[in-house]
Amino acid sequence: MYETINYEIKEQVGWIILNRPDKLNAFTSQMNQEMIKALKTFQRDADVRAIVITGEGKAFCSGEDLSGLRADADHRHMIITRYKPMMETLAKTEKPTIAAINGAAAGAGFSLALGCDFRIVSEKASFIQAFINIGLIPDSGSLYYLPRIVGMAKALELTILGEKIKAHEAKDYGLVTKVVSPDNLNVETQEFAERLANLPTKAIGLIKRYMQQSFETSLEQMLDLEAYGQKTAGLTEDYKEGVQAFFDKRKPEYKGY
Amino acid sequence: MSDYQYINTWIEDSIGRMELNRPKVFNALNRAMVREIVHCLTTFDQSEEVKVIIMSGAGKAFAAGADINEMIEDTPISLEKLNQFEDWDKISFIKKPILAAVQGFALGGGLELVLFADIVFATENTKIGFPEVNLGVMPSAGGTVKLTKTLGYRRALEWLWTGEQMDVRQAYQCGLINRIIPSELLIEETMNFAKKLSKQPPLSLRLIKDTVGRAQDLSVHESMLVERKNFYLLFGSEDQKEGMRAFMEKRPPAAFRGS
Repeated sequence: MYETINYEIKEQVGWIILNRPDKLNAFTSQMNQEMIKALKTFQRDADVRAIVITGEGKAFCSGEDLSGLRADADHRHMIITRYKPMMETLAKTEKPTIAAINGAAAGAGFSLALGCDFRIVSEKASFIQAFINIGLIPDSGSLYYLPRIVGMAKALELTILGEKIKAHEAKDYGLVTKVVSPDNLNVETQEFAERLANLPTKAIGLIKRYMQQSFETSLEQMLDLEAYGQKTAGLTEDYKEGVQAFFDKRKPEYKGY
Repeated sequence: MSDYQYINTWIEDSIGRMELNRPKVFNALNRAMVREIVHCLTTFDQSEEVKVIIMSGAGKAFAAGADINEMIEDTPISLEKLNQFEDWDKISFIKKPILAAVQGFALGGGLELVLFADIVFATENTKIGFPEVNLGVMPSAGGTVKLTKTLGYRRALEWLWTGEQMDVRQAYQCGLINRIIPSELLIEETMNFAKKLSKQPPLSLRLIKDTVGRAQDLSVHESMLVERKNFYLLFGSEDQKEGMRAFMEKRPPAAFRGS
């Protein structure tokens, strides 16, 4: 059912593995569609409480497959029909998302990593806002996420100079949760994801939902949104368990709802 | 009130609840269903027990359009004779506050029903729109008119011509809905607002609704005359006497009675 990605669930962690290694996991229309389908399936599946996106082979994702791109391609149409729905689906995913960046994250592949909540990065990984190097501009959310994560000045440097940065440099800019050795990437990502999968999943979803609105929201509005979110969180089983465990002086066992 | 086929209705805490109940077809409205809706709303309007009305939809959507099957063979003459929109017109005469709690989709006829509500709360995942143009027709139960009154000429045309769906934030910015509510809390928050209204003096609410409604249609001067007369009329009520007395005596008013 999936041809361009692999898909597996381990200990409540759903893995999406971009699987066009001979093309450095470049996006095709089919891959955009399969990403959307996999994200929606994991979002619905109660057994999945954290989602990892990684790449098969050398690269994480090299962005759009330029070999499939005709010279007269309508870039707006391509973005609106393929990348916009994918990035919106990723943003609407209420479960925590982690990019496990095994190699190069270029162009829309960089954008995909930025759209995730966490980035665990192999020492072999690299990041490049490659768009400018062929006369294009960042898309798929890079112009949205990048200044929010690294600040305006660094975002302008990365997007206009189009220079490749390595894992540790990316960490210095605040792009990265953790840098790990290439051999340990999958194990450390699984561990980190399992830690997330055991947290109160509904509350994580609410944090994501409202924090996404933070930069467009006044303090007054945010205080209202937090009140809604807190009311919703306060209705979960996990909240009851959290309070009970606190009084019982034991570790809480969250179910995710 | 259990003899309705397409809607659920009940009263809780002085709130009349009307829930569209064809979830398998996303509560698509058919003509019999509209008659039930109108019958239910007019019954609530006459009920001593009901102070405020809430319309909502069972399942994932508020209401995604109308039953196309029912009208595919219609002709101008059959529609003229059927005169189905007279049913809809009756909703305009409901005097009590009507709240709509909207989730998922409110499309076509479903959105028109929403536009009959006085106050609209919608969830973050709601999409609204008038897709009629895509079927070679246009809205028919006031949608074209009410959208124009709310959005203005150009934005109304854009939505009506393209038939595209508007997300909830756009709808909020356009003034089509009052509040965006998390889906988990939609009914509860709508009920809370309804309960707050149910404590307000019912005659004031009625005459304010009457005046605001007219202010949309009449000139400023004419609607100000309506406002004035409605204001004078309230001085014939017990609630005005009690409300003003309590204010002067610096005490909370006794419960308003609607008389």
